[in-house]
Amino acid sequence: MLLIQFLMLSAILFSIGVYGVLVRRNGVLVLMSIELILNAVNINLVAFGTASGPSGQVFALFVIAVAAAEVGVGLAMLLMIYRNRRSIDIDQLDELKG
Amino acid sequence: MIASASYDIPTNIAFGIVAAGMIFAAIRVVTTKNIVHAALYLVLVLAGVGINFLLLQAEFLAITQFLVYIGAIVVLFLFGIMLTKAPLGQSDELDNPSQKPIALLTSLGLLGVIGASQIVTWKDTRIVLPSGGSLNTQSVSDEIFSKYLIPFEVVSVVLLAALNGAIVLARRD
Repeated sequence: MLLIQFLMLSAILFSIGVYGVLVRRNGVLVLMSIELILNAVNINLVAFGTASGPSGQVFALFVIAVAAAEVGVGLAMLLMIYRNRRSIDIDQLDELKG
Repeated sequence: MIASASYDIPTNIAFGIVAAGMIFAAIRVVTTKNIVHAALYLVLVLAGVGINFLLLQAEFLAITQFLVYIGAIVVLFLFGIMLTKAPLGQSDELDNPSQKPIALLTSLGLLGVIGASQIVTWKDTRIVLPSGGSLNTQSVSDEIFSKYLIPFEVVSVVLLAALNGAIVLARRD
Protein backbone atom coordinates (compact mmCIF):
# COMPACT_ATOMS: atom_id res chain seq x y z
CA MET A 1 0.00 0.00 0.00
CA LEU A 2 1.18 3.47 -0.81
CA LEU A 3 0.71 6.27 1.70
CA ILE A 4 -0.54 8.61 -1.03
CA GLN A 5 -3.70 6.58 -1.72
CA PHE A 6 -4.99 7.18 1.81
CA LEU A 7 -3.91 10.83 1.72
CA MET A 8 -5.72 11.43 -1.58
CA LEU A 9 -8.91 9.70 -0.38
CA SER A 10 -8.80 11.90 2.70
CA ALA A 11 -8.23 15.07 0.63
CA ILE A 12 -11.20 14.20 -1.61
CA LEU A 13 -13.49 13.60 1.40
CA PHE A 14 -12.29 16.88 2.96
CA SER A 15 -13.08 18.86 -0.21
CA ILE A 16 -16.54 17.27 -0.52
CA GLY A 17 -17.20 18.22 3.11
CA VAL A 18 -16.13 21.83 2.49
CA TYR A 19 -18.47 21.95 -0.54
CA GLY A 20 -21.33 20.69 1.64
CA VAL A 21 -20.69 23.25 4.37
CA LEU A 22 -20.72 26.06 1.81
CA VAL A 23 -23.71 25.02 -0.30
CA ARG A 24 -26.23 23.54 2.17
CA ARG A 25 -28.90 25.66 3.86
CA ASN A 26 -30.29 23.13 6.32
CA GLY A 27 -28.35 23.21 9.62
CA VAL A 28 -28.39 19.42 10.14
CA LEU A 29 -26.85 18.87 6.69
CA VAL A 30 -24.08 21.37 7.51
CA LEU A 31 -23.27 19.31 10.62
CA MET A 32 -23.16 16.14 8.47
CA SER A 33 -20.65 17.82 6.13
CA ILE A 34 -18.52 18.74 9.16
CA GLU A 35 -18.51 15.02 10.08
CA LEU A 36 -17.11 14.26 6.60
CA ILE A 37 -14.27 16.73 7.25
CA LEU A 38 -13.45 15.25 10.68
CA ASN A 39 -13.39 11.71 9.29
CA ALA A 40 -11.01 12.78 6.52
CA VAL A 41 -8.63 14.06 9.20
CA ASN A 42 -8.89 10.72 11.06
CA ILE A 43 -7.84 8.75 7.95
CA ASN A 44 -4.80 11.01 7.64
CA LEU A 45 -3.86 10.58 11.31
CA VAL A 46 -4.06 6.78 11.18
CA ALA A 47 -2.23 6.53 7.85
CA PHE A 48 0.67 8.67 9.10
CA GLY A 49 0.56 6.86 12.45
CA THR A 50 1.57 3.55 10.85
CA ALA A 51 5.09 4.97 10.50
CA SER A 52 5.45 6.16 14.10
CA GLY A 53 3.67 3.83 16.50
CA PRO A 54 0.26 4.21 18.14
CA SER A 55 0.30 8.02 18.62
CA GLY A 56 -1.72 8.60 15.46
CA GLN A 57 -4.46 6.23 16.62
CA VAL A 58 -4.56 7.94 20.04
CA PHE A 59 -5.12 11.33 18.45
CA ALA A 60 -7.76 9.89 16.11
CA LEU A 61 -9.59 8.65 19.23
CA PHE A 62 -9.43 12.16 20.69
CA VAL A 63 -10.85 13.56 17.44
CA ILE A 64 -13.73 11.05 17.61
CA ALA A 65 -14.52 12.14 21.20
CA VAL A 66 -14.44 15.84 20.30
CA ALA A 67 -16.61 15.17 17.22
CA ALA A 68 -19.21 13.46 19.40
CA ALA A 69 -19.27 16.47 21.75
CA GLU A 70 -19.49 18.83 18.78
CA VAL A 71 -22.50 17.02 17.29
CA GLY A 72 -24.29 17.01 20.65
CA VAL A 73 -23.86 20.75 21.25
CA GLY A 74 -24.49 21.58 17.58
CA LEU A 75 -27.80 19.72 17.49
CA ALA A 76 -28.86 21.34 20.80
CA MET A 77 -28.16 24.76 19.25
CA LEU A 78 -30.14 23.85 16.14
CA LEU A 79 -33.07 22.79 18.34
CA MET A 80 -32.95 26.19 20.08
CA ILE A 81 -32.90 27.97 16.70
CA TYR A 82 -35.84 25.86 15.51
CA ARG A 83 -37.78 26.57 18.71
CA ASN A 84 -37.31 30.33 18.35
CA ARG A 85 -37.76 30.71 14.59
CA ARG A 86 -39.67 27.60 13.36
CA SER A 87 -36.96 27.02 10.74
CA ILE A 88 -33.30 25.92 10.64
CA ASP A 89 -32.51 27.63 7.35
CA ILE A 90 -29.13 29.12 8.25
CA ASP A 91 -29.30 31.63 5.40
CA GLN A 92 -32.04 33.44 7.32
CA LEU A 93 -29.83 33.88 10.40
CA ASP A 94 -28.36 37.17 9.18
CA GLU A 95 -28.96 39.55 12.09
CA LEU A 96 -25.21 40.26 12.29
CA LYS A 97 -25.22 41.63 8.73
CA GLY A 98 -24.97 45.44 8.75
CA MET B 1 1.34 -11.96 10.56
CA ILE B 2 1.06 -12.04 6.79
CA ALA B 3 4.17 -10.93 4.94
CA SER B 4 3.72 -7.47 3.46
CA ALA B 5 4.28 -8.50 -0.18
CA SER B 6 1.42 -11.03 -0.29
CA TYR B 7 -0.80 -8.76 1.83
CA ASP B 8 -0.43 -5.89 -0.61
CA ILE B 9 -2.56 -6.89 -3.61
CA PRO B 10 -5.78 -7.92 -1.78
CA THR B 11 -5.65 -4.80 0.40
CA ASN B 12 -5.18 -2.60 -2.65
CA ILE B 13 -8.22 -4.18 -4.34
CA ALA B 14 -10.28 -3.77 -1.17
CA PHE B 15 -9.10 -0.21 -0.81
CA GLY B 16 -10.08 0.64 -4.39
CA ILE B 17 -13.62 -0.76 -4.03
CA VAL B 18 -14.18 0.89 -0.63
CA ALA B 19 -12.71 4.23 -1.72
CA ALA B 20 -14.92 4.38 -4.84
CA GLY B 21 -18.00 3.64 -2.73
CA MET B 22 -17.00 6.22 -0.13
CA ILE B 23 -16.48 9.00 -2.69
CA PHE B 24 -19.82 8.22 -4.38
CA ALA B 25 -21.64 8.19 -1.02
CA ALA B 26 -19.92 11.40 0.14
CA ILE B 27 -20.96 13.21 -3.04
CA ARG B 28 -24.54 11.98 -2.49
CA VAL B 29 -24.43 13.29 1.12
CA VAL B 30 -23.81 16.83 -0.11
CA THR B 31 -26.02 16.72 -3.22
CA THR B 32 -29.12 14.62 -2.44
CA LYS B 33 -32.46 16.40 -2.15
CA ASN B 34 -33.80 14.05 0.54
CA ILE B 35 -32.43 14.77 4.00
CA VAL B 36 -32.99 11.23 5.37
CA HIS B 37 -31.11 9.79 2.40
CA ALA B 38 -28.22 12.13 3.24
CA ALA B 39 -28.03 10.63 6.74
CA LEU B 40 -28.11 7.08 5.34
CA TYR B 41 -25.38 7.84 2.76
CA LEU B 42 -23.35 9.25 5.66
CA VAL B 43 -23.52 5.76 7.21
CA LEU B 44 -21.82 4.36 4.07
CA VAL B 45 -19.02 6.93 4.28
CA LEU B 46 -18.44 6.28 8.00
CA ALA B 47 -18.40 2.51 7.46
CA GLY B 48 -15.85 3.00 4.67
CA VAL B 49 -13.64 5.00 7.03
CA GLY B 50 -13.90 2.12 9.53
CA ILE B 51 -12.84 -0.38 6.84
CA ASN B 52 -9.87 1.87 6.01
CA PHE B 53 -8.86 1.72 9.69
CA LEU B 54 -9.03 -2.08 9.50
CA LEU B 55 -6.78 -2.06 6.40
CA LEU B 56 -4.28 0.01 8.39
CA GLN B 57 -4.50 -2.53 11.28
CA ALA B 58 -6.11 -0.05 13.68
CA GLU B 59 -8.70 -2.53 14.95
CA PHE B 60 -9.66 -0.72 18.16
CA LEU B 61 -10.24 2.50 16.24
CA ALA B 62 -12.35 0.63 13.65
CA ILE B 63 -14.62 -0.81 16.36
CA THR B 64 -14.88 2.63 17.99
CA GLN B 65 -15.78 4.12 14.61
CA PHE B 66 -18.58 1.60 14.09
CA LEU B 67 -19.94 1.96 17.63
CA VAL B 68 -19.66 5.71 18.14
CA TYR B 69 -20.33 7.02 14.64
CA ILE B 70 -22.75 4.54 13.09
CA GLY B 71 -24.34 3.53 16.38
CA ALA B 72 -24.67 6.88 18.10
CA ILE B 73 -23.98 9.92 15.94
CA VAL B 74 -26.14 8.88 12.97
CA VAL B 75 -29.03 8.18 15.35
CA LEU B 76 -28.46 11.65 16.82
CA PHE B 77 -28.68 13.10 13.30
CA LEU B 78 -31.93 11.25 12.64
CA PHE B 79 -33.32 12.66 15.92
CA GLY B 80 -32.23 16.13 14.82
CA ILE B 81 -34.00 15.69 11.45
CA MET B 82 -37.15 14.50 13.24
CA LEU B 83 -37.23 17.18 15.95
CA THR B 84 -36.69 20.08 13.55
CA LYS B 85 -39.54 18.77 11.31
CA ALA B 86 -37.40 18.79 8.19
CA PRO B 87 -39.21 18.01 4.91
CA LEU B 88 -39.06 14.22 4.66
CA GLY B 89 -39.57 13.81 0.90
CA GLN B 90 -37.80 15.49 -1.99
CA SER B 91 -37.14 19.14 -1.25
CA ASP B 92 -35.47 21.97 -3.13
CA GLU B 93 -35.02 24.02 0.04
CA LEU B 94 -31.90 22.16 1.21
CA ASP B 95 -29.43 23.86 -1.15
CA ASN B 96 -28.50 27.44 -1.86
CA PRO B 97 -28.14 27.45 -5.67
CA SER B 98 -26.52 30.89 -5.83
CA GLN B 99 -23.55 29.61 -3.81
CA LYS B 100 -22.94 26.51 -5.94
CA PRO B 101 -20.32 27.97 -8.35
CA ILE B 102 -18.24 29.59 -5.64
CA ALA B 103 -18.47 26.49 -3.42
CA LEU B 104 -17.39 24.26 -6.33
CA LEU B 105 -14.49 26.61 -7.07
CA THR B 106 -13.40 26.66 -3.41
CA SER B 107 -13.54 22.91 -2.90
CA LEU B 108 -11.82 22.06 -6.20
CA GLY B 109 -9.12 24.64 -5.49
CA LEU B 110 -8.61 23.19 -2.03
CA LEU B 111 -8.40 19.66 -3.49
CA GLY B 112 -5.88 20.87 -6.07
CA VAL B 113 -3.63 22.53 -3.51
CA ILE B 114 -3.77 19.71 -0.94
CA GLY B 115 -3.46 16.97 -3.56
CA ALA B 116 -0.58 18.57 -5.44
CA SER B 117 1.44 19.24 -2.29
CA GLN B 118 0.83 15.72 -0.98
CA ILE B 119 1.75 14.08 -4.30
CA VAL B 120 4.97 16.10 -4.44
CA THR B 121 5.91 15.20 -0.87
CA TRP B 122 4.70 11.60 -0.37
CA LYS B 123 4.65 10.21 -3.94
CA ASP B 124 6.70 7.05 -3.35
CA THR B 125 6.30 6.46 0.38
CA ARG B 126 5.05 2.94 1.09
CA ILE B 127 3.11 1.95 4.19
CA VAL B 128 5.03 -0.78 5.99
CA LEU B 129 2.77 -2.27 8.64
CA PRO B 130 4.91 -3.40 11.60
CA SER B 131 4.72 -7.13 12.27
CA GLY B 132 5.42 -7.02 16.02
CA GLY B 133 1.94 -5.83 17.01
CA SER B 134 3.12 -2.32 17.89
CA LEU B 135 -0.14 -0.88 16.53
CA ASN B 136 -2.55 -3.20 18.34
CA THR B 137 -5.07 -2.37 21.04
CA GLN B 138 -2.68 -3.07 23.88
CA SER B 139 -0.08 -0.61 22.69
CA VAL B 140 -2.75 2.02 22.01
CA SER B 141 -4.07 1.74 25.56
CA ASP B 142 -0.53 1.75 26.98
CA GLU B 143 0.11 4.98 25.08
CA ILE B 144 -3.16 6.61 26.24
CA PHE B 145 -2.63 5.80 29.91
CA SER B 146 1.06 6.73 30.08
CA LYS B 147 2.20 9.32 27.57
CA TYR B 148 -1.19 10.90 26.79
CA LEU B 149 -2.82 10.67 30.22
CA ILE B 150 -3.35 14.43 30.61
CA PRO B 151 -4.94 14.91 27.13
CA PHE B 152 -7.17 11.93 27.96
CA GLU B 153 -8.37 13.60 31.17
CA VAL B 154 -8.90 16.87 29.30
CA VAL B 155 -11.05 15.06 26.71
CA SER B 156 -13.22 13.64 29.48
CA VAL B 157 -13.70 17.17 30.87
CA VAL B 158 -14.63 18.37 27.36
CA LEU B 159 -17.22 15.59 27.07
CA LEU B 160 -18.68 16.51 30.49
CA ALA B 161 -18.85 20.19 29.53
CA ALA B 162 -20.52 19.34 26.20
CA LEU B 163 -23.06 17.11 27.97
CA ASN B 164 -23.97 19.87 30.43
CA GLY B 165 -24.04 22.47 27.66
CA ALA B 166 -26.37 20.38 25.49
CA ILE B 167 -28.76 19.84 28.44
CA VAL B 168 -28.76 23.54 29.36
CA LEU B 169 -29.35 24.59 25.74
CA ALA B 170 -32.10 22.13 24.89
CA ARG B 171 -34.01 22.26 28.20
CA ARG B 172 -37.44 23.91 28.17
CA ASP B 173 -37.99 26.26 31.11
